[in-house]
Amino acid sequence: MNVVLRNPRRELQIPGPMTVAALLARLELVPESVLVIRGDTLVTHDARLTDDDDVEIRPVISGGAA
Amino acid sequence: MKCRRCKAPAVIDVRRHNAAFCADCFLHHTREQVRRAIHEFTMIAPGERVLVAVSGGKDSLALWDLLHEIEIPADGLYLGLGIGEYSDDSGRYVRDFATARGLTLHEVDLRADYGYDVPTAAAATKRAPCGACGLSKRHLFNQVALDQHYDVVATGHNLDDEAAVLLGNVLHWETGYLGRQFPVLPAGDGFARKVKPLVKLGEREMAAYCVLRGIDYQIEECPMAAGNRHIGLKETLNQLEERSPGSKAAFLSGFWSRGHDAFAAGADEERAALNDCIECGAPTTAERCAFCALRARASAAEPVAARVEIRSAR
Repeated sequence: MNVVLRNPRRELQIPGPMTVAALLARLELVPESVLVIRGDTLVTHDARLTDDDDVEIRPVISGGAA
Repeated sequence: MKCRRCKAPAVIDVRRHNAAFCADCFLHHTREQVRRAIHEFTMIAPGERVLVAVSGGKDSLALWDLLHEIEIPADGLYLGLGIGEYSDDSGRYVRDFATARGLTLHEVDLRADYGYDVPTAAAATKRAPCGACGLSKRHLFNQVALDQHYDVVATGHNLDDEAAVLLGNVLHWETGYLGRQFPVLPAGDGFARKVKPLVKLGEREMAAYCVLRGIDYQIEECPMAAGNRHIGLKETLNQLEERSPGSKAAFLSGFWSRGHDAFAAGADEERAALNDCIECGAPTTAERCAFCALRARASAAEPVAARVEIRSAR
């Protein structure tokens, strides 16, 4: 599958199938800190991703405390 | 996973509620959480004029959208911070949002209207950029609200923002800040009321709300905030949340119900002792308020460009 990460933006090719939870664990990302979007649809942590999927992992932490 | 409400396939799981939701039920959930916060903390009365501080990020645009969804009309205020392309893009997201919905947007530009920008202010005063930014925002949101006769300023601070600020305040026992940390700050001499209607929603929920509502927002992190203390506190809390879902909400709601009162009296006394800034009239402990002092130094300095840092993935 094609995985897009941000801050900075970069793309990875990762073989499927695997669950969203497994993908985040492999990338050492905390699930609470990101959204996972397959195509243009949000997916839950138990969703199964395949080789054909385009996946965006979008960080949700923003920095301002003002 | 199935939606907790309707059993349709879920699109997002919210672990602190031990629940997952389909798109429609998740949007219902967010509206209900905002309604509850507004009601529980008596944030906004019917017919009051509301000004939403919008940055172009997910939280403030989601807040503006949510207020209209629950039939609380609100105008927007965007503050141009002068942080290079980041600010250019952020302003565009805000203007596009307002234009598409026919909403009223006020704009203030630090460089054009006050003679400085955040990168220059940070360099000139040797403050952290987020400190100069926050000071400018707090002062100008309040000033515009008073000048334009708004009853209340609403900001997009969410559960994660408030939990991280609380952790920082507790770690350093900032008793004055603890006394002022609450979902509502009442109006007073020189102060508009400030409310935070997103305090019952996490920032992952706010990002999901924007995706599901088709709201385009500034996804990139502010280049000047990279690596700041606030982000580090959020990352620490998310590690705790991962092991024990609901920790952030329990920490924050416990403070509101059992901790805040212990510090509130001190904050009230501090407010009562304020006098007027000799330049702008804003409440201050000094002769000249912190904003006017910042502006004087920053506007006299040679402009500097935004500092851009490349971060590794989290």
